[in-house]
Amino acid sequence: MFYREAGQFKTNYAKDQGIFPILQDRIWIYFVLVVAFVIIPVFGTDYFLGSIMLPFLVLSLAAIGLNILTGYAGQLSLGTGGFMACGAFAAYKLSTGFPDMNIIIVFLLSGGITAFVGVMFGIPSLRIKGFYLAVATLAAQFFLLWLFNRVPWFTNYSDSGVISAPPRAIFGDFFITGPDATHLSKYLFVVTFVILFALAAKNITRSGTGRNWMAIRDMDIAAEIIGIRAMQTKLSAFAVSSFYCGVAGALWAFLYSGSVEPLSFDVNRSFQILFMIIIGGLGSIMGSFLGAAFIMVLPILISSLPGMLGLSIPVDVISHVEFMIMGALIIFFLIVEPHGLARLWTVAKEKLRLWPFPH
Amino acid sequence: MEFLHAMTIGPIVEIIEYPTFFMEVLIGGLLTGVMYSLVALGFVLIFKASGVFNFAQGAMVLFAALTFVGLMEHGLPMWAALIATVAVMIALAYAIERLVLGKLVNQEPIILFMATLGIAFFLDGFGQTIWGSDVKPLDVGIPSDAIDVGGVLINWFDITAAVVAGLMVAVLAIFFQKTRIGRALRAVADDHQAALSVGIPLKTIWMVVWSVAGIVGLVAGVMWGSKLGVQFTLSLIALKALPVLMIGGFTSIPGAIIGGLIVGAGEKVAEVFWGPAVGGAIEDWFAYMLAMAFLVFRPQGLFGDKIIERV
Repeated sequence: MFYREAGQFKTNYAKDQGIFPILQDRIWIYFVLVVAFVIIPVFGTDYFLGSIMLPFLVLSLAAIGLNILTGYAGQLSLGTGGFMACGAFAAYKLSTGFPDMNIIIVFLLSGGITAFVGVMFGIPSLRIKGFYLAVATLAAQFFLLWLFNRVPWFTNYSDSGVISAPPRAIFGDFFITGPDATHLSKYLFVVTFVILFALAAKNITRSGTGRNWMAIRDMDIAAEIIGIRAMQTKLSAFAVSSFYCGVAGALWAFLYSGSVEPLSFDVNRSFQILFMIIIGGLGSIMGSFLGAAFIMVLPILISSLPGMLGLSIPVDVISHVEFMIMGALIIFFLIVEPHGLARLWTVAKEKLRLWPFPH
Repeated sequence: MEFLHAMTIGPIVEIIEYPTFFMEVLIGGLLTGVMYSLVALGFVLIFKASGVFNFAQGAMVLFAALTFVGLMEHGLPMWAALIATVAVMIALAYAIERLVLGKLVNQEPIILFMATLGIAFFLDGFGQTIWGSDVKPLDVGIPSDAIDVGGVLINWFDITAAVVAGLMVAVLAIFFQKTRIGRALRAVADDHQAALSVGIPLKTIWMVVWSVAGIVGLVAGVMWGSKLGVQFTLSLIALKALPVLMIGGFTSIPGAIIGGLIVGAGEKVAEVFWGPAVGGAIEDWFAYMLAMAFLVFRPQGLFGDKIIERV
């Protein structure tokens, strides 16, 4: 009744091909933007902004990156953590090497460096596929982390190995990293960044490049036969995906944790992000956000639930139970809805189109 | 220049100057490789019979070892704990077949792989919830002193591991070649459809395979557990079994052994002789890089079936 496209006529091609062709979708998106830019900054507490929204947004960005590679281009990767670390350390080296460079440019350049590294590790994907490739990307994960741990040049020869992000402002006194930055300014910066990048990702996946990725994903030999260049397509997927992961890693280290350490990008981070896109929906930008939200909220729920029920369960048991529930949920989603939360979202919208009529 | 020397000439000179030391490192590495092979065997079994890349093998190793040690801590004698653990692993295989794989028939291999990732997480959490997460020592009576063979020191423990691995391969070979159920397994591995049409019950076969993989996991878990203590890291050893598989090929039992030997020897020698030049701890990634380099030239691994692609 409220959600239908009847009467909305498209008078030119640009309108017809819009990301949100239906008015109701646009209203919904404006609503989301208002929530993101007005309601959350005004009413959110420091804890909510700094410890929930920041990691959620940054991990969503990484999930978009992995989704481009795995969901759209079909190349399974377990090296997300390594690429994020690469972005974080590139940003650290750039911002300490060129202190006058604007931090936005630093983030973009570190994404570019990660894209280059990603292409290097993507080259084997031309020869090897499927599980073999997944194992090969583990090489990226372990090698990159080892590199940042062991080669002192990356940490500017610091003794402790723990290095903190230098304070930087985008303009004037608007600090977004370092001790002077407020949670609010960090949040505003990250949310703008992530929304712009999500929009870009959505558009790339709707472009010719994105269609090539999907063709390669669905069957690479057939795609080659109809004239899609496998090498360019796969490597471009690796490049774009690593760019996103690199930027996410830099944001994580500079804005969320405040320190650049390899430990926060270990193999468990790779699995976490893979789970986000499985649960959120493979091949869906929206799904990356939904999955990230789900995986972020779940541990908070699990750890606060026993307290609410008045039980006292030791912390380590809770973390094991979290593992169990996570594993069970993965299996549950794969069996019941292999396309994840994003698919449920679409189904809900289709139902809404008819509602309240049965047909 | 110095770095170049440490990378190229230095290690070679060192190897030539101290041949016994090199032999010791090499043999130590080979025997560690055997331990990797033990884990890799479980992967191969399942992949051969069902085409599922079972990421949960490492978790199964950990779970089996935890159950075994946990039961022994509760006062069961070793043989009883062993039998009980085997029963648990068979029950687990049944549950996995029923609850997970049975529901995912006809899905793409990548979906099945991700499902086994879920199983791995579930088992890791489940085992540690039940049995606790502290390191449990495991002593099954393997002596730990070393013997001297022609000037090279070899650990008794490593020899035992090698013997166990050899025995296991022999038993598996007999099982696959001589028994009725083994022949059925090979038929299923060859062609699911054809096997079904001559009346081989696919579900039973998969259950059998997962049970056998569970038992292989138990053996691997006991060996690794008595080497390192039963702890969460055992689950991560599975990650080391992956390059072993890639080098040996996913479908070959001898491949798993040879791949293990190559990985074990390669990473130990690289660590000891080349590691210091680049900062050490290259064991962490050496195996993966080696496997990646291998794959670029032989995408199916050393002994794997040739990958044929059709539209």
